[in-house]
Amino acid sequence: MMESLNNLVFQTRRDILRMVHAVNSGHPGGSLGCVEFFVTLYNEIMQHSNDNISNDIFILSNGHISPVYYSTLARAGYFDIKELSTFRKINSRLQGHPTNHDNLPGVKISSGSLGQGLSVGIGVALSKKLNDDSSLVYVLTGDGELQEGQNWEAFMYASANNVDNIVVTVDYNGQQIDGSTKDVLDIGNLKSKLESFNWKVLEIENGNSLDEVYKTLSEAKNNCMKGKPIVVLMKTIMGNGVDFMMHNHKWHGVAPNDEQLVRALKQNPETLGDY
Amino acid sequence: MKKIINQGNKDTRSGFGEGLTELGRINSEVVALCADLTGSLKMNTFAAENPERFFQVGIAEANMMGLAAGLATGGKIPFTGTFANFSTGRVYDQIRQSIAYSNKNVKICASHAGVTLGEDGATHQILEDIGLMKMLPGMTVINTCDFNQTKSATLEICDLDGPVYLRFGRPKVANFTNLSDKFQIGKGLLLNKGSDVTIVATGHLVWEAIQALEKLYVNGINAEIINIHTIKPLDEDIILNSVNKTGCLVSAEEHNIYGGLGESIARLLTSKAPYPQEFVGTNDTFGESGSPIDLMKKYGLNSDSIYDATIKVLERKN
Repeated sequence: MMESLNNLVFQTRRDILRMVHAVNSGHPGGSLGCVEFFVTLYNEIMQHSNDNISNDIFILSNGHISPVYYSTLARAGYFDIKELSTFRKINSRLQGHPTNHDNLPGVKISSGSLGQGLSVGIGVALSKKLNDDSSLVYVLTGDGELQEGQNWEAFMYASANNVDNIVVTVDYNGQQIDGSTKDVLDIGNLKSKLESFNWKVLEIENGNSLDEVYKTLSEAKNNCMKGKPIVVLMKTIMGNGVDFMMHNHKWHGVAPNDEQLVRALKQNPETLGDY
Repeated sequence: MKKIINQGNKDTRSGFGEGLTELGRINSEVVALCADLTGSLKMNTFAAENPERFFQVGIAEANMMGLAAGLATGGKIPFTGTFANFSTGRVYDQIRQSIAYSNKNVKICASHAGVTLGEDGATHQILEDIGLMKMLPGMTVINTCDFNQTKSATLEICDLDGPVYLRFGRPKVANFTNLSDKFQIGKGLLLNKGSDVTIVATGHLVWEAIQALEKLYVNGINAEIINIHTIKPLDEDIILNSVNKTGCLVSAEEHNIYGGLGESIARLLTSKAPYPQEFVGTNDTFGESGSPIDLMKKYGLNSDSIYDATIKVLERKN
């Protein structure tokens, strides 16, 4: 299993790099940081399909990491991988930030304007409870995004109402556009804040380890339906997998040039066939 | 001139409450959310009868809109309830991205619209919400005129697959339409046939237009009155058929003339039937504290204002 997931990780990184390079825009940093999460979630954790709302549902709140989302969906069979070449181009379903507006399979909601996905995910979780549906809702948010106040309305709501069929993962890379989250607006001790909001908090020390992501998401899943919502603080490295991009917020929203693309791809060999 | 009877004053928000209660009984997919204004929105009966389908979200409107989008994603038909200001301006981006752009089947139900909520003043009044909401692609915008129409609208929007903004008010006003009248989204109602001038009114101003009618009639003016409850999509046919006959038009609404019903009609007239139009509405101003009657007088939103605008447009027509 790990070998095939590893292959998928390399291929997803290549997809991300080639997509943003082709249009000289997009967000490679956070996308690369979350590759292991997406690969694990879609291949090992969720029961998912396009149309069945009784399956697990994933909501992406930090919509700017659309490249990793699109690559994952395409590689999971939601649409042809060839469509990845339309990313951010005119008449494409693969908008700069993801949307269900143009009926792209797998995408349930629009995101991009930050801080909204958590509320949406909780809403989906409430609908599952009404339907006596035991499947789960998974949400991914950024950490900088937690500066948006709506998140804290949502955190407060979910624990007060025992919404325990949701697993929220925070991409805890400590970076945002203007610099480190510490310098821009320090979010402080996130773990204790969330615990004081009465969420069960799990941590992933290395969110770029398939093994650790799998173990903790499995643990999160097993702790659902026990009265508390679950949040996973997942430490990741922005730009992971490309040496000159790693740990650098400058790659939040900048595409590699031709020469940089060659270097980056050399570090990530083609495994499953480029789109 | 047709006599239109007031069956007794009632608030439009209670029409919403009754409609929602009925929906709760007949449609198990209907859910309701409220941001700490259950009594004001008249959602108590629904909440009592369907505790598992009623979500008290606290004073957190942004989260409410997101929850509603999520519930709709899960196949439910969510009705959100709070004041019009907190239903629109406060949460515009949540509505824009998570509901409108995402094509979510959410019914945004808004009480206390306009100035007629009265004494609370401008922080709680909103005169910009129709403009805000009609600019959102795919959003249906409805502004009802009385209790019966609000109840009918509440029932009807449930069957429309897509986002809706339903706007109503606080005070007790004349209840003069009939529950047996078929409420059709996007279809205006001809309340009085006339030949000299077309008066197109929405919301609380419909009854004011009816009050102006008599005074106009006494002065030899035969006014045609159209009730537009659906501001978007606008019933262009009923307006064009009338104005092509009368040759002039007055629009009347409890809203800023910038961005409201009048402006939608002006766009229609300039492109298809360039007849003179006068606007009854607030003129680029906030409201203030006061009784509803005093406010409507001061801000030019009553039957006298409609009468004056009619005389003015008739002068321009001739």
